[in-house]
Amino acid sequence: MAFAAFSSSKPKGFSKPTKSGKVAIALLAPGLAYLGVFFLTPLIALIMVSLQAPDPDGFIGDYVAAFEFNNYFVVVSDYFPQMMRSFGYALAATVLALVISYPLAYFIGVKARPYPLLQKLMLTLVIAPFFISFLLRTLAWKQIFSNESWIVTTLQQLGLLESDQYVVGTPFMVIFGLTYNFIPFMTLPLYTSLERLDTRYLEAGSDLYASPSKVFRKVTIPLSMPGIISGTLLTFIPIAGDYINASGDFLGSSSTAMIGNVIESNYLISNDYPAASALSVLLMGAILILVAGYVKKSGTEDLL
Amino acid sequence: MKFSLGKYAFPLYAILAFIYLLIPIGYTFVFSFNDSLKTNLIWRGFTFDKWTNVCDREGVCEAFGNSVLIGVISTIAATALGTMIAIALVRYRFKFRRSTNLLLFLPMATPEVVLGAGLASQFFSLGVEKGIGTIILGHIVFCLSFVVVTVKARVSSLDPVLEEAGKDLYANPRQVFWKITFPLLLPGIAAAALLSFALSFDDFIITNFNAGADMTFPRYVFTAAARGVPAEANVIGSAVFIAAILLVLVTQINGERKRRLLLKKH
Amino acid sequence: MAKEFIARGADLELKKIRKEFPGFTAIEELDLHVPAGEFFALLGPSGCGKTTTLRLVAGLETPTSGNIFIGGEDVTETKPHERPVNTVFQSYALFPHMNVLENVAFGLRQRKIDEPLVKAKEALNLVQLAHLADRKPQQLSGGQQQRVALARALVNRPSLLLLDEPLGALDLKLRREMQIELKAIQIEVGLTFLHVTHDQEEAMDMADTVAVMNKGRIEQMGAPEALYDRPKTVFVSKFLGQSNLLVGEVESSSANSISIEVAGNKISVPKARAEKHKGKIAIGFRPEKATFTSKKPTASSSTNIIGPGEIIDIRFTGVSNQYLIQVPGLGNLTVFAQNVGKSPVTELGEKVWISWSVEHSFGLADLPNTGKAV
Repeated sequence: MAFAAFSSSKPKGFSKPTKSGKVAIALLAPGLAYLGVFFLTPLIALIMVSLQAPDPDGFIGDYVAAFEFNNYFVVVSDYFPQMMRSFGYALAATVLALVISYPLAYFIGVKARPYPLLQKLMLTLVIAPFFISFLLRTLAWKQIFSNESWIVTTLQQLGLLESDQYVVGTPFMVIFGLTYNFIPFMTLPLYTSLERLDTRYLEAGSDLYASPSKVFRKVTIPLSMPGIISGTLLTFIPIAGDYINASGDFLGSSSTAMIGNVIESNYLISNDYPAASALSVLLMGAILILVAGYVKKSGTEDLL
Repeated sequence: MKFSLGKYAFPLYAILAFIYLLIPIGYTFVFSFNDSLKTNLIWRGFTFDKWTNVCDREGVCEAFGNSVLIGVISTIAATALGTMIAIALVRYRFKFRRSTNLLLFLPMATPEVVLGAGLASQFFSLGVEKGIGTIILGHIVFCLSFVVVTVKARVSSLDPVLEEAGKDLYANPRQVFWKITFPLLLPGIAAAALLSFALSFDDFIITNFNAGADMTFPRYVFTAAARGVPAEANVIGSAVFIAAILLVLVTQINGERKRRLLLKKH
Repeated sequence: MAKEFIARGADLELKKIRKEFPGFTAIEELDLHVPAGEFFALLGPSGCGKTTTLRLVAGLETPTSGNIFIGGEDVTETKPHERPVNTVFQSYALFPHMNVLENVAFGLRQRKIDEPLVKAKEALNLVQLAHLADRKPQQLSGGQQQRVALARALVNRPSLLLLDEPLGALDLKLRREMQIELKAIQIEVGLTFLHVTHDQEEAMDMADTVAVMNKGRIEQMGAPEALYDRPKTVFVSKFLGQSNLLVGEVESSSANSISIEVAGNKISVPKARAEKHKGKIAIGFRPEKATFTSKKPTASSSTNIIGPGEIIDIRFTGVSNQYLIQVPGLGNLTVFAQNVGKSPVTELGEKVWISWSVEHSFGLADLPNTGKAV
């Protein structure tokens, strides 16, 4: 229920906006002003900090306003592997989430249609991970795959892992965790578009001599494309910026650090604010390009 | 004989998928009964002690209390602001519509590290001391957009004729809002508030950038993660999970009961 | 019980009303007077401006220009909740979060009237739904919801009750039943009813006066019988029932009638029943007023005759047979024959002559397909 945001069906199209004027402004102003002050200006602040230079007279961690565009070249050359890794992990986890979610969403949204209560219960199970702390559920996987766990020892006995190889700390573990943690963001939009899929189209498809796999490719997939696109966006974006899964205290190690980890450590540990900010601006820029592509295709009305 | 793949494959797949989704939840729940010492890594025997004496562990309940406080205040603010915007978006026509949609979407698309670092930079340059207040200010930002999305769906499904009927029956605009619009939007607003609370309660990244010395429950878990999270944290996590899932199930079963009742009457 | 509701309705007057929406004009210029206590129907196709008119009266829209008077009082600038008007909406618009009784009591509560629930119960009695007072609207059938909406409006004893296609969502049988009931209630409560509909049968059945609306203006107004008997425009003749129209120049004119010639036939219409007496005019007649014979009837000054034509289609509709007759040079004409068990001619392809009384002809002010007559 809490995630009605993703699972609710399309508005019935009752209300066409007709009224205009002062009331609209009065309703919008407080919220938009809030976002202006606490969302837009922080982003601007970030850009400004990203151009700061070290204070020649200050201590480490003191910076002065400047236009040090060089900061960007420095962070790109210093952290290029982490950037590529973020992109790679996010891509891998998003694809995995899509592959795992699609049959599940299809089952809930199409096959289980005659049983609405079952549908609702299954949707609750899909969002159940959201109800337990993000950090606790990630730590749970860490324990399950810990070096002493029976899974790892079994894998070692079977020869699938060397006796000095473990699972936690590997890219596999990080991608596994990312996939798990963000899978509901993929399943729910997929469910929403599959739930609206008119099965008569599928019947029409097979009536017109298409094989089941062809019906799936030519009818089902295109009709659920809106769900695939929004699910991919909703999954890819938070994964690209995540730093919990990849951090050494959770599922990762120093060799799995993603851009989020670098931003965090630069900002909160080594206090290199310009570097952290420059990385943030780059990450935000990359995501804006993604979003812009989406807006160009679907317009702004479907964003919300 | 043709083996009907679809008949068994899908339910079987769904069961496997749900097991996968529920494993860490089950693990967390089981280990909340572990008779552990400082860390909670190895099973040492069953006990109810951690549930009955959850606050004995230093800092757990304080962090939990802070998280609830932050969640409640952020939720009230975000729900009020977001509901107003949702009504305006559906019901009114205005010029800067595209930019408004974009401005509301961006916080959802912004990675938490970026927003967290941005807010921290802003608070730093304004000389605001970090603490519960700055955490709340940050949480409202990302809760707001989710509230708009949730309430907007509800507003769009509300037939404006009902409000006209109210006007026609001698209700002034304020009475129309409180007696008709608001009660009909309430399920959407409640869902938005719940979502908002859940997001705020579970947020770690933005919180961590803007917390100063104040603890929240996720921060407590994060800090403890390096040396081992105590079973009391599992107790809190499991309790919140059970409360949330019960709330959802009760609402769903209730809704289904009503729906069946309606079907019968017709 | 019903005495509780006897209140005099007020009259409604619209003066030079014009309503523009961005991009189109819904009402061009409308003058309308609805006498107190009358059942008045606004009839027209969708998009003709009838619902806009209703919304203007309810106060849900503001006119671009012109004035609205209820009971002699100018209410043009009055907000909807301050007008002595109630509406039965097309979709009923019952509040889904309140039970039936609370729905009916809503208006009374807003006006702080004493004992709202008692009065609401009385209103439910009037529509015979008191036993469903505790139900939620969603649990009622369409017809029941319609009655609750009616009770919810009537209970306020408005000077004027507006009905926006109130029967549109019901199936045909229920619709005819509700028509009878609605008319009975109107007579019982004595209020002014302004009823908007696109169903001509509904309008003619219930209303004292029908105004036919088209493209934002009223084409013709009058008692249902008068409108049907003597439509004045092509639109009214076609929208209210069916008509056969014949177009020609006025060839001859006597003291009482004028005649045109079409395809070699002389067609007359009494002057008193013709809007125009000169030039090119359209003369019409109703399909059920005409008969046809296989022999040419003897000519008479009181009968119009057309023929010979060929029966090209016969449709059996139960109460009557509908014949489509193709007349060379004229196109197809329709004649209805009451289904009394014997028909003069029933074979496809038969040659027939159509005849009808001159007194049943009507001359229109405009011409078909060419817009307003010059």
